[in-house]
Amino acid sequence: MSNPAVRIDELQKNYGPIVALAGISLEVDKGKIFGLLGPNGAGKTTTVRILATLARPDRGRAEISGIDVVRDPIGVRRLIGYVPQELTVDPYLTVREHLNYYADLYHLSTAAREARVRDLIALTGLTGQEDRRARHFSGGMKKKLDLACGLIHRPAVLFLDEPSLGLDVHVRREVWSYILKLREEGTTVFLCTNYMDEAERLCDDVAIIDKGRIAAIGSPGALRSQLKRDVISIEISGSDANQQRLENLERAVSRLGIVKGTVKDGTQLRIYVASDESALPQILQAATALTIPIHSITHSRPGLDEVFLQHTGHPLADGGERHG
Amino acid sequence: MVEFAQESKGQFLRWMIHLKREPFTMAFSLLNPVILLIFMGGSFQRLAGDFGGDDYRAYLLAGVLALTVFGNSMAGGIPLLFDKESGFLFRLMSTPITRTSIVVGRFLAVNVATMVQCLAILLLGLLFGVRIATGFAGVLTLLGVSFLLGFGITVISLMLAFVLENHGDFFAVVGVSALPMTFLSSAFVPVESLPGWMRMLAWVNPMTYAIDGMRSLILSGWDGAMLVSMVLVLLVFDTIMLWLGARVLRRHLA
Repeated sequence: MSNPAVRIDELQKNYGPIVALAGISLEVDKGKIFGLLGPNGAGKTTTVRILATLARPDRGRAEISGIDVVRDPIGVRRLIGYVPQELTVDPYLTVREHLNYYADLYHLSTAAREARVRDLIALTGLTGQEDRRARHFSGGMKKKLDLACGLIHRPAVLFLDEPSLGLDVHVRREVWSYILKLREEGTTVFLCTNYMDEAERLCDDVAIIDKGRIAAIGSPGALRSQLKRDVISIEISGSDANQQRLENLERAVSRLGIVKGTVKDGTQLRIYVASDESALPQILQAATALTIPIHSITHSRPGLDEVFLQHTGHPLADGGERHG
Repeated sequence: MVEFAQESKGQFLRWMIHLKREPFTMAFSLLNPVILLIFMGGSFQRLAGDFGGDDYRAYLLAGVLALTVFGNSMAGGIPLLFDKESGFLFRLMSTPITRTSIVVGRFLAVNVATMVQCLAILLLGLLFGVRIATGFAGVLTLLGVSFLLGFGITVISLMLAFVLENHGDFFAVVGVSALPMTFLSSAFVPVESLPGWMRMLAWVNPMTYAIDGMRSLILSGWDGAMLVSMVLVLLVFDTIMLWLGARVLRRHLA
């Protein structure tokens, strides 16, 4: 039986009195994109740093393809690529010089590197920029170059800490497409993010991490359906007289067995219902009985934000400023 | 071993690219020695007749060489500090390199730059009419002595890069150390002419030995006993620094 790409067992890490990791366990299969989703200070960076041999755990174990990160850090470093959150390009060097530099650090032969450098320049969309110095690059181009540097040795596992932090929408999508291409080539990608859409779009599996603990783990789809609830949003034609009607509707639907909760927001009512096909007709019926003028009605599956809220008791956005 | 050589080569080449792309820095750091040699050499010429023959410029050349070595070597660690501050160094720690290669690559690059500068200063000296008593072999020996002096000072600088927190602290340390290291040596005047307590400090300053040795090569010719004692002192200095440096780096790079 082959080892998983990443295995973490009861990992703990404190920084002085601050608990960064309170004992987390997880496994990532080879060839998957795995996301650690959580607010700043949740323990994402600490986890990646331990896996990339840049920090030592206080307790617990971590392995990359069966190799222990504490007992054989060099063995692990040969297998992994690590692209930190901050940009780490050298402004004096060109794209090609960067890749040749990292090729030396990863002991690539002259024969192997030429084709690899060419491929990476094409993969990361830096064709035509090979001989320009990074000094003149935009943030997005620097990020692409950072990414290319982490891939020079065809790592088995690539660690990306907040890969799209600070990038504009366009570059963000490009970076996502490279990450998806990596999976096609069989690379395991382990990324940290505090963007819901990034986790949702890219990841085969997601671990929701908060205050150094894993709150939930699974595929985005499975996590959503575990909530066993959908969201029905009703918007009524806006006028003050209708406010009373909206409250009447809220009271009426709350009595229905399928309704788990409601949130009123201006002229809109969000109704959380059990995943049940009869939910929409039942609510429509209640609204018709009260002769409420409906402007629009939508029925949607919950997002990872609702999953996060459910498991941690607070929204992803206000996780505090502590770094870890 | 082959891997270590490749890593060190990679690091070395990176710094060579830096050197090539910032010619202004190189030119600027030559400015101080040039000013010393041309202006100070010129203006002190008449006062200094009794120091070492009648060419104060020739007398000063050894001091200027040592100063250049000191300045360049002492600044050698700064780019590593910038790497530390930017996160570049941290990222390198995730690559399968022997971490000593970071230091070895930088060490070699600093000393190549120093040698180029020393050569430039020697040529400038020749241009201003300084005749080197030991000829071409003497020039090579002067470069060798410069290297022996720069070796230990570069190691000090690399240690500081790992021990100090930020480049502000580093500039403060380098700025404050430059003047005493210069004036508590025989760079501008013979040690014998210094006041007693300064003389004592000058005698424990490796710069003094390097300068006296280089000066005899420039002014008077081959002096076996002088050269041997100078080389021994510099080797002891380098060995102590290397030993200290290895301890510091093991703690900070492990």
